[in-house]
Amino acid sequence: MQITGAQMVIEAFIAEGVDTVFGYPGGAIMNVYDAIYKQNSFAHILNRHEQASIHAAEGYAKASGKVGVAMITSGPGFTNAVTGLADAYMDSVPLVVVSGQVPMSLIGTDGFQEIDAVGISRPCTKHNYLVTDAADLPRVLKEAFYIARSGRPGPVHVDIPKDVTAQIAEFDYDVELDLETYKPHTKGNPRQIKKAMEAIAKAKRPLFYLGGGIINAKATYEVRDLIHKTGIPAVETLMARGVLSFDDDLLISMLGMHGSYAANMAMSETDLVIGLGVRFDDRVTGKLSEFAKNADVIHVDIDPASISKLVNADFPIVGDVKNVVNEMLEQCEYVNPDNYESWRETISNFDELHPLTFHEDTDRLKPQWVVKRVGELLGDSANISTDVGQHQMWAAQFYPFTRPNQWITSGGLGTMGFGFPAAIGVKAACPEKVSINFTGDGSILMNVQELMTAVEKKIPVINIILNNNFLGMVRQWQTLFYDKRHSETDLSVQPDFVKLSEAFGGIGYRVTTKEEFDFALKDAVEKNIVAFIEVIVERFENVMPMVPSGGSLFNMMLLEKKETK
Amino acid sequence: MTENSERRVVSVIVVNEASVLSRITNLFSGRGYNITSLTVAPIPESKYSRLTIVTSGSVRVIEQITKQLHKLIPVLRVYEHADLVEKEMAMVKFPITENLSDINTLCEAYNGKIVNVGDNVVIAMVTDEPKRIDNFLAVIKRYNPKEIVRSGAVALER
Repeated sequence: MQITGAQMVIEAFIAEGVDTVFGYPGGAIMNVYDAIYKQNSFAHILNRHEQASIHAAEGYAKASGKVGVAMITSGPGFTNAVTGLADAYMDSVPLVVVSGQVPMSLIGTDGFQEIDAVGISRPCTKHNYLVTDAADLPRVLKEAFYIARSGRPGPVHVDIPKDVTAQIAEFDYDVELDLETYKPHTKGNPRQIKKAMEAIAKAKRPLFYLGGGIINAKATYEVRDLIHKTGIPAVETLMARGVLSFDDDLLISMLGMHGSYAANMAMSETDLVIGLGVRFDDRVTGKLSEFAKNADVIHVDIDPASISKLVNADFPIVGDVKNVVNEMLEQCEYVNPDNYESWRETISNFDELHPLTFHEDTDRLKPQWVVKRVGELLGDSANISTDVGQHQMWAAQFYPFTRPNQWITSGGLGTMGFGFPAAIGVKAACPEKVSINFTGDGSILMNVQELMTAVEKKIPVINIILNNNFLGMVRQWQTLFYDKRHSETDLSVQPDFVKLSEAFGGIGYRVTTKEEFDFALKDAVEKNIVAFIEVIVERFENVMPMVPSGGSLFNMMLLEKKETK
Repeated sequence: MTENSERRVVSVIVVNEASVLSRITNLFSGRGYNITSLTVAPIPESKYSRLTIVTSGSVRVIEQITKQLHKLIPVLRVYEHADLVEKEMAMVKFPITENLSDINTLCEAYNGKIVNVGDNVVIAMVTDEPKRIDNFLAVIKRYNPKEIVRSGAVALER
């Protein structure tokens, strides 16, 4: 059929089963928005800033396991979106982002709202396209979706000049993809897998090191199976929260900079690391030369470049985690869970020595209590998004996660302002779950305009603002490493968060006690409109334990023990 | 970071399309890899181009370079061989008043000759292994070269 480039974008979205598009119109993308106006197949959610559109699409993708879609205009529309693209790239989030561009005749002339978009997005996307002929659009869009979701997922950016969206050409989406140069390696080498299983059988203190790649590969239940069949304990990265249920006996906890004592000690004492969908991020490993020093390493990942990038893999296995774990499950008879009895005991002793906990305070609410309480009240029925900072770490440490895709956070890039728009995308993907955003008094102001989006589209995100009147994580570092010089981190001058939410048409609560908090959360869930719950918490609470940047995992700063009478 | 850095030649076969070269060079600059020289030209009767990149780094860095290059969507193949036939071309402009027969004899020793004669200058061209080109350029200093251009290396595995 002969249609315009703009209509092709719509038809491609329909063919890909897209049900929600996040975006913001503007001059160069107007033809496509005109085509959106004329269709009824998918919803469009108008965010109030392009960065928020991308984060919302990320939230949608992370919660649903599908490709997130966003649409923006040229120039400033695109540059606003760059942070979101970079965030999605770092966390391997499958996105297709379509941007308008000035007409072809104006490209290179410094035209109004012109910027070299593909030049800017190149280092922060998995791939990108500048489409110069509408006849290429069906192929490019189909490739974009395929590349975004296959292999190691990531954002794909498609830049379309305005005249190309007006150009009429043949649209046939049934074209066979011919990507001779892109063939992700999904099946692990059987010989390597066999060797890895033999190494597991021989190990005395093996340890599963679980990463976000498991969630991307939709391999959670296979991985749970493998762990239960082998009886080998596991640690999770920040991105892997929910792979194991919080109450699983074999889950130690999160590891890394703010990992638990037991998790970090287990990693330091293990003789065989079994890394699944991980990338040995510096926030996980601490000082590389001391990381899992006495261990051999099995590393399963879809991205060959992740393997032996930072830590040498003795058993490298390139492949889709789901495929590889299924293969491993078939060779489980090698492994006797009883062999690891004393190792499991060692780990529970670590945990008894320094459990992941916090000290209650009778005067002020503790931020950790708030997280735990939300877990008690909502548990599995909520999806949890976060911004970036102390609240993010407390949420990761103390929320009782039960399933994959429940936890939506900005890990690699660490983007403040991620949480609220992401939680909007999460709610759009999973309307039956409560969408919580744990945030701080710093982060929430970085995309606070999304109150308008949530009110307009009736998306009842509950933002729990753990307010300590500080840019808390930076303040913590200043306290610990900069001799308490709290440079520009005191956020005592603040808006009235209750009125702020109300000004947009949302609901607001300011709570200082446990009773008030319980009431606010229950009321917000019941009222089912976007909410701010501002919780006044202890100002100087630190996230503990902590491995100082560049330190070894076994050298943690620990929560001070309280004298018992 | 104390690992030994060594010179390596990496050949990359890429789809000959817009902006593919900047994808490659962006990758090198963004990840802090070196480019000593880079040559690129289309492969005859195909939709591909071949790049020859001379780089340096530790074994781990070189391995990362090849893996990261391969991750780029338009990259078909990456070769990183030690056993190569490697050639480079250089052209040098000399004043016509210099000893041209000496220059020509030297050029012959490096598979070259004087290829152009003007009113005031001559241009000599040589083709040889990059290390020998270094030698040649050191030797001809005494003939007051006015301008030197090197092509960068091209290579084929044996």
